[in-house]
Amino acid sequence: MNEPIIRCEGVVKRFGELTVLDHLDFTVDPGEKVTIIGPSGSGKSTVLRVLMTLERINEGVVYVDGEPLWHEQGAKGLEPASEAHLRKMRQKMGMVFQHFNLFPHMTVLRNLTEAPRYVLGLSPREARQRAEELLELVGLSDKAEAFPSQLSGGQQQRVAIARALAMRPKIMLFDEPTSALDPELVGEVLRVIRSLAEEHELTMLLVTHEMDFARRISDRVCFFDQGRILEQGPPEEIFSSPKEQRTREFLHAVLHPEE
Amino acid sequence: MLFGIEWDTSTSWAFAWSILPILLRGMVVTIQASLLGFFVALGLGLLLASLKGVPLKIIAWPAAFITEFLRDTPLLIQLFFLYYVLPDYGIVLPAFLTGALALGVQYSAYTAEVYRAGIQAVPRGQKEAARALNLSERLTFIHVILPQAVVRIVPAMGNYLVSIMKDVPVLSVVTVLEMLNVAKIIGDRTFNYLIPLTMVGALYLLLTLVAAWGVRVLDTRLPKRGIPLK
Repeated sequence: MNEPIIRCEGVVKRFGELTVLDHLDFTVDPGEKVTIIGPSGSGKSTVLRVLMTLERINEGVVYVDGEPLWHEQGAKGLEPASEAHLRKMRQKMGMVFQHFNLFPHMTVLRNLTEAPRYVLGLSPREARQRAEELLELVGLSDKAEAFPSQLSGGQQQRVAIARALAMRPKIMLFDEPTSALDPELVGEVLRVIRSLAEEHELTMLLVTHEMDFARRISDRVCFFDQGRILEQGPPEEIFSSPKEQRTREFLHAVLHPEE
Repeated sequence: MLFGIEWDTSTSWAFAWSILPILLRGMVVTIQASLLGFFVALGLGLLLASLKGVPLKIIAWPAAFITEFLRDTPLLIQLFFLYYVLPDYGIVLPAFLTGALALGVQYSAYTAEVYRAGIQAVPRGQKEAARALNLSERLTFIHVILPQAVVRIVPAMGNYLVSIMKDVPVLSVVTVLEMLNVAKIIGDRTFNYLIPLTMVGALYLLLTLVAAWGVRVLDTRLPKRGIPLK
C-alpha cells in the first residue's frame, strides 16, 4: 500500500474557547478523491485551511507528502516550521475558495500567470502558454483578456480552478466551490471538477453540500461532526446505509430539507 | 517695498497690480511648503501605518500613541515646539523647513489612518488567495494589496493636500514669508489691508481649485478596472 499523501495525527485547532478540530486523525492516499461533508461548524473547511497553511494548528502533526507541514525536523525533534519550509510545502497544494478570490485588478490571463511567473520563475511566454491550455480546459479561452468583474460567478470559479492548477499542485483543495453560485451556474463548475477527478494522479479534497455530486466522484466520503470524523467510507455506504445516527440525521436534513 | 519690488498706491487698481508679483512670490513659498509638508506626511504616514500594523506591541503601541498625540494637539503647538525647543538641543532648522516639517508631522497622523483604512478595505480573501498561490509577503503587498488600496487612498490624500495648503498661513508666526504673511506686511506698511487680503483669498481659491482638479485627474487616470469600490 502507498504511503498516505496527507496524514493528520491528533490535530487540534482552537479559535479562542472554541475547539474546531478536536484531535483529528485523517489520512488521504495519493490520487484519492475525498469528499468532506458535515454540518456547519464541524471543522470541514478548517481542515482545508490548515492544509493550505491559512490556519495554524494548536496541537498534533500534519504530514503532507511524507513531510511534516507545520513542523520541521530539528535537532530535538519537531520544531515549528519556518516560512521557507511552509513555502516549500505550499507548493504541493492548490486551493479553490467559496468566493473565488480572483485578483480583481488583473485580467483573467494575468490571474493565471502571476504565480507561475513570480513563484515558479516561468518566462512570460511559458506562463502564458500554460494559462491558455488551462483556460481551454475550463472552457474560457475567449475570456483571457476579461476582468473578473465581467464574468459570471460560474466563469469566475472556473478561472479560479485554472489559476490553482497553473501551479501544478499534487493536491487540490476545494472549499465549497459552488456554495456562492446561483443554482443555474453550479453545473458548469461541477463539470470542470468532475473532469479533474478523472486524473488519476491528482489528489482531491472537496468540501461540498452537493451530495449527488459527491456520490458520483468520490472514492471516499467523510462525515465531520464536532471537529472529528464521525463516519467515513465509500459513497454508496455513507449515503445508503450510514451507521451513525448523526450522519442519518444530517443526510436526511440535506436531502429532504422540506420535511 | 518688499523683495525689492515697489508698490504704486496712486489708485486701487495700480496698487493691486503692483503688489501682485510680491504676492506671487509668497504663493511660491506657500506651494513649496505645502508640497514639502505633503511629501513628509506621505512618507511618515506610511511609516506610522506600517509600525502600527506590526504584531509586536512594543513597536505598535508607541506608534499608535504618537499618531493619537499628533492628531489631538494643535498644529501651532507642534510648530512652536520644533521652532523654539529643538534649538535648545542643538537642532537649528530654517523657519521654512521647520514649518514644512511641522505640517508634515501633523498630517502624517491623518495619512497613516488613510493608508490603514485603504489596506484594510482589501478583502481578506485576497491575501489568502495570494498565500495559496505561494506568492511571497512582499509580492502579495506590491502586486495584490497595494494596487487595490491605492485607488481608495488617492482621493483621501488629495483632500489632505488641500488641507495642508490652507494650514500654511500658520507658518507665518515663525516668520515664514508665505502668501498671507506677505499680504499682512504689505497691509502694515501701506495701511491698506483690504486689497492684499482680498487678493490672497482669491489666489488661495485658485490654488486649492487647481490642486483639487489635479487630484481628480489623477484619480480618473488610475487603473481601477474591476476593483469593487464602495
